[in-house]
Amino acid sequence: MCLGIPGEIVAVREGGAPESPRLAVVRFGGAEREVCLDLVPEARVGDFVIVHVGVAISILAREEADAVFGYLEEIQALSELEAEAGAPGEPPEAP
Amino acid sequence: MRYLDEYRDGQAAQRYAEALRAIVTRPWTLMEVCGGQTHAILRYGIDELLPPGLTLIHGPGCPVCVTPVAALDRAVALARRAGVVLASFGDMLRVPGSAADLLHARAAGADVRIVYSPLDAVALAEREPEREVVFFAVGFETTAPANAMAVRLASRKGLENFSLLAAQRRVPPALDAILASPDCRVQAFLAAGHVCAVMGIAEYVALAARRRVPVVVTGFEPLDLLQGVAMAARQLEEGRGEVEIPYSRAVRPGGNPAARAAMDEVFEPCDGEWRGLGVIPDGALRLRPRYAAFDAARRFPDEGGERPAPRDGDCLAGLVLQGRLRPPDCPAFGGRCTPEHPVGAPMVSAEGACAAYYRYRPRPAAAVAAVGAP
Repeated sequence: MCLGIPGEIVAVREGGAPESPRLAVVRFGGAEREVCLDLVPEARVGDFVIVHVGVAISILAREEADAVFGYLEEIQALSELEAEAGAPGEPPEAP
Repeated sequence: MRYLDEYRDGQAAQRYAEALRAIVTRPWTLMEVCGGQTHAILRYGIDELLPPGLTLIHGPGCPVCVTPVAALDRAVALARRAGVVLASFGDMLRVPGSAADLLHARAAGADVRIVYSPLDAVALAEREPEREVVFFAVGFETTAPANAMAVRLASRKGLENFSLLAAQRRVPPALDAILASPDCRVQAFLAAGHVCAVMGIAEYVALAARRRVPVVVTGFEPLDLLQGVAMAARQLEEGRGEVEIPYSRAVRPGGNPAARAAMDEVFEPCDGEWRGLGVIPDGALRLRPRYAAFDAARRFPDEGGERPAPRDGDCLAGLVLQGRLRPPDCPAFGGRCTPEHPVGAPMVSAEGACAAYYRYRPRPAAAVAAVGAP
């Protein structure tokens, strides 16, 4: 239900009726779907958005895309430091 | 695909697993809140990468699973009413009510239609003005803004044949209820990333401070989950209980202001029953008085008002949803209860913990046979 899928906005349909939602064409891998942009009014063509039940709920932040790899390096560096210092938590050295 | 494939890198996952072994010195129990996370954990075997003693238990974050039987019965009753179209997400059709599910009602002639989006239900009402379209609005805060937009759109278009059967649930009060339980084993939460993409973290900051529990707002891909586990484990090892947001590419601390505004305009918190957890104060959302004209419960007051909650058969979903029973340990799992013939909701939904185990961790045939034996 909370499944949100990332997709790229490839076109924005302007000029609908005033009460109608602002719609975009969003590409998910090979498939394209019409998506409502009303909750991400600043979204533009080329942005990646998380789409849930036909509605974009978040614009993916490019500058945060690699955060998961940055954190991995941080904890790896930490464990190496601890290993050098012989701190507890270090995996046992093979004899 | 961009924003998916890079977070499924097996080598990086192995490096995360190694780093985790260096972080963890004691046993810890974490709960991943969202059923989408549960499915990813089992699908990619994340639980098998974790150091011994680091346990993931599966939370109640499956809207289909926690929708009470009374709400399903009301949906079935409305669907059977002449002139009514009951529009629903596909997931809800097989969920057992006390006597029937929506699929059976449809087979018996009820007009039940699957929609992909709440906005499609509004379009349906516009196309078929002679029918009463009732949208069965389940979902957490992730879905509530879309449901709110549907109501707002119907209101702007002046549609008089569209209404909402509101069965939406709010996640933070349920997490609080889980922590308040005397036999609670949960020491940290991996919070549901898309709920927080909408809501932000304010409620979780309050929860973490009050209960001194780490809350790590986590995404849905393998590396996201490993990062969430690593951050939660580090907090526990260091004696911290804070909110952190590893899923920062999708979640801002303030959430999505437009989504929150839509939700606040149309809905207000109310007490609500969660299947398996009971009535949770402020655990649900109902229509605000100014949108009461779109409330199906008001428009059709004779269809299944408040009634005593029917029994859940012998389904142990309640224990599963509280993280107290692993699905494969249920005597009905894989024998009497399968996705084709579900005894309870968690075996039905694409986010249900039982369905996840059934799909990704099937029991050996011998064990299934033993359970099926009289």
